[in-house]
Amino acid sequence: MTVHDIRVGESKRGDASDGGADAVGGRLSRVDGPAKITGAAKYAVEQQLEGLAYAVLVESTIASGKVRAIDSKAAEAAPGVLKVLTPDTIISLKTASDWFGTPPPDRPYCPLARDITFSGQHVAAVVAETFEQAVAAAAMVKVSYDETPSIVDLSDGKAGDGIPVDAMTKEWGDAQAAFASAPVRICAAYNTPREYQAPMEPHGLIARWEGDHLTVWEPSQWLDGMARTYAEWFAVPFENVRLVSPYVGGGFGSKALALSHGAVAASAAKMLGRPVRLVMTRAQTFTGYGGRAATRQTVTIGADHDGLIQSIVHRGVNETSIDGMWVEPLGSVTSIMYATPNFSSRQNVVRVNSVVPGAMRAPGENPSAFGIESAIDELAYEVGIDPLEIRLRNYAEQDPHAKKAWSTRQLREAFAAGAERFGWARRTPEPRSMRDGNYLIGWGVAAGTYPVRRAYGEAVVRILADGSVEVESSSIDMGQGTYTILAQTAAETVGVSADDVVVKLGDSRFARAGVSGGSRLAGVMTGAVYKAASSALDQLIGLAIGDPRSPFHALQANTLVVANGRITAPRGDGPDVSIADLLKSVGRDRIEATGDTMPANSTAEDRYKNYTTIAMALPHTEGDYSRHSWCAHFVEVRVDEDFGTVRVSRVVSALDSGRLYNPKLAESQWKGGIIMGIGQALLEEGIVDRRHGRIVNNNLADYLVPTNADIPDIEVISVGIPDLHSSVLGGKGVGELAIVGMAPAIANAVFHATGKRIRDLPITLEKLI
Amino acid sequence: MRDFSYLRATSADAARQTAALPGAMLLAGGTTLIDLAKCGIAEPDTLVDITHLEGLDRIEIDERGAIIGALATMSHVADHADIKGRFPAISEALWQAASAQIRNMATIGGNLMQRTRCPYFRDPSNFAACNKREPGSGCSAIGGVTRGHAVLGTSEACIAMYPGDLATALVAFDATVHLGDRRILVDDFFLLPGTTPDKEHAIEPGEMITAIEIPSSAAVRRSTYLKVRDRQSYEFAAASAAVGLELEADGRTIRDLRVALGGVATKPWRARAVEDALKGKMLEPEAVRAASLLAVEGAVDHGANHYKIELAPRVVARAILKMGETA
Repeated sequence: MTVHDIRVGESKRGDASDGGADAVGGRLSRVDGPAKITGAAKYAVEQQLEGLAYAVLVESTIASGKVRAIDSKAAEAAPGVLKVLTPDTIISLKTASDWFGTPPPDRPYCPLARDITFSGQHVAAVVAETFEQAVAAAAMVKVSYDETPSIVDLSDGKAGDGIPVDAMTKEWGDAQAAFASAPVRICAAYNTPREYQAPMEPHGLIARWEGDHLTVWEPSQWLDGMARTYAEWFAVPFENVRLVSPYVGGGFGSKALALSHGAVAASAAKMLGRPVRLVMTRAQTFTGYGGRAATRQTVTIGADHDGLIQSIVHRGVNETSIDGMWVEPLGSVTSIMYATPNFSSRQNVVRVNSVVPGAMRAPGENPSAFGIESAIDELAYEVGIDPLEIRLRNYAEQDPHAKKAWSTRQLREAFAAGAERFGWARRTPEPRSMRDGNYLIGWGVAAGTYPVRRAYGEAVVRILADGSVEVESSSIDMGQGTYTILAQTAAETVGVSADDVVVKLGDSRFARAGVSGGSRLAGVMTGAVYKAASSALDQLIGLAIGDPRSPFHALQANTLVVANGRITAPRGDGPDVSIADLLKSVGRDRIEATGDTMPANSTAEDRYKNYTTIAMALPHTEGDYSRHSWCAHFVEVRVDEDFGTVRVSRVVSALDSGRLYNPKLAESQWKGGIIMGIGQALLEEGIVDRRHGRIVNNNLADYLVPTNADIPDIEVISVGIPDLHSSVLGGKGVGELAIVGMAPAIANAVFHATGKRIRDLPITLEKLI
Repeated sequence: MRDFSYLRATSADAARQTAALPGAMLLAGGTTLIDLAKCGIAEPDTLVDITHLEGLDRIEIDERGAIIGALATMSHVADHADIKGRFPAISEALWQAASAQIRNMATIGGNLMQRTRCPYFRDPSNFAACNKREPGSGCSAIGGVTRGHAVLGTSEACIAMYPGDLATALVAFDATVHLGDRRILVDDFFLLPGTTPDKEHAIEPGEMITAIEIPSSAAVRRSTYLKVRDRQSYEFAAASAAVGLELEADGRTIRDLRVALGGVATKPWRARAVEDALKGKMLEPEAVRAASLLAVEGAVDHGANHYKIELAPRVVARAILKMGETA
């Protein structure tokens, strides 16, 4: 298996400006880039296996009710069909624990539903010799239902107020009283619709059993977590499950968990004794797992005439499913962005007939920022203060909720750098005061933040006989650049060129890693690789100094220098030997070291729990500090006054992600978040047919994500400084930060352009004409 | 598995005869047909591939007009220097349609046969009622998600919007479809849904589109296609207008005006009321705006698509005024 062996030297290096690209902080180009753009990269479901069979899902066409009967006779008789799986014929599985590792109830789990709680639920699957045969036969499966009334969405009269989530309550001071007595009061409701991750690579897998050992090739943001779920479903030891995910074609939160379609495919493989491939259709990616929950927030702010906030009262609601629980923490940004002596945030969840929503780029922070960063803009206009100035006046010098110092907070610097570069001082404050022909011009600002989530990772670093370095970890690369930054980390730490580092990821047999989500992977894994590589280097130097066969033995040095793959004495007064020659001289064919970011004295059980659940993740407010990334977005929009169409014409964002391990890749991720934010602000919305409870724009022609033509030049400025409270090497989160605050920055710019405050995303043209 | 035969036509006559057989369909660029097959809407028994027929991709332009072969690709026509220079609305309609990849594959003949994007039409397994798919089964769109549905030319049987751009420009300039020797105005080629929304085109079994013909006119020479949508690229029109303008020698009086609407009607929609109201009048912004309101006379909304009634006249007015500004 070599598909996931990435040798840095095979790819083009960074551009001409990339001096020192090999080291941490260098602008090394993505080492997996050439393989991806030439098609050489083999994705999980592209494995060619002997005897592969193909599974296709049959989904419910009602949103609520029961399956009365499934008539699969015609499908079973169709050419090539091997099996039709229904709730009656599929093997029984065990319920798996959730991602916190909570012990599950002892009851069977069936990934095919008898009780229907949303349209698009898996009810059956057809397995055939070829994909085409399975598709044709799946269409012959006739499912009849007893339908019951459904709750369509948050606005459904039957939805009610929902269930309070006490864990989300954050309160200090007396927010209601302070609001009542405040001289300036604003109150508004903000809504965000269902949004979808829409990764280019749809979800799918190949499952193969050999005895009681299961191998699953599946795009994954969390090999060890998904392996745990498969192991629990099928009641086999964790070690018997191998997940392989060499590349991931976009996840955005949607590929972190083993999902019901995976259980179907793995069950089919077990029942047939053959490997089975199952890939979702694009339409199924809108119902086979959850996108971002629809949300509703009310934000009330009491302030004085100078715009100083005295009270914030926040109430949030998000959708969840009938039988699943998803909480989108809507008070997460509200409670920390601004200093306020009085605060109250509470949240409910409302059950609707939808698939259980899931994680999507900055869950919680993203909609939360749309509320508070729109509301502060409304306050700015109410009191007649510049929207940037009011943010500085209410700057939180410490975490207002945790009452702890920020580890680092370069937000003031971000506002300053962004405003300078954008030319904010030239803005005329009045709405509709800037115009270019038919276009109303608007400038808006908003801030964003994302907590530094810290977890654990493990890596193996080997120094091989030829002097090259090998890094192994079960962490993954979904496009964010893990292969690249881990090569840089190992290269710098050991003292070799990045050309001489091979990084192997995406195989659960490798050293373990926690979830690649919550923007935590880079901080965790650079730390783990740094520790493993340091340990390998120590061994290398130890051999060079201590082994009697070493050419350095006679030198009696305390230490040696390794650089560019060669070993020398610190003062250069001794031999100059390549790593390969040193290993040869001492009779070793390799040096191997394992490093991790686990607390010392961790037990095997701790390790298992740390890598396969999120229960042990360190709170971002642990100890004396509150740790977050920060950003400020400055946006220009052009709104056609007659047509209501909004185009983003300029973006300048200044961001504090701490130290950047690779600025080129960090900038790409920031820009990706900004682009996704433009889509969220202007285009993206899952539209439900209220009679059928079904998403009707379940394809990429009708669910609109931005095209290149929608995206202007984006300028990103790094204002971060190393934050050693946040990670071993000083970085904070990158991947999710930049989407946070983009939608309110655009909505605020639209208000400045048009005088119309749009509080319901997306800002489509009919809301402005 | 659904088997079908694939035949490669050796001549236009052979293609026509084969395609007339029950269950047979012509295959050109495939961008519509394969999409519809995946949706479970098109279920051909035989595909007759005409892409290798010689001579059907020619673009011939003389003083009388342009004749564009049915197999010319959208991108080829959009980029053709004389189309851009002498029939600008045609080129603009084409390059604002679909995506670059689709335009490189899709043919002009196939483009005319493009079907609606109505989500209810396109999802037979979830929405059984669709008069366009199954005559008499009802209309799932009425009472459903209607943001993209038509406000003009609808019937109780169907409110599906015609999504194309090219045909909108074609009807503005009195283009004709060549069905072999038979000629028919593009405006007549597209049918209103009425009680038979399943019948979309005036084409009979055994007929094949061989070309479209666009007569030269001063109006088409000074023409534009304005397409308004939420997404800048790769989206169907919220509303669009094809406009051609000819002024008298005084440079201010409208001698000839052509207006057609896209994105708002069940077929490419010629707005003759706007044309008639402005012909012979001075080109004044207020008059143009007032007359443009006639474009949506008789429009009926279904809730979420109401904005189209507001938007379409604004698009028409902008396009006319833009043409007035060009010397």
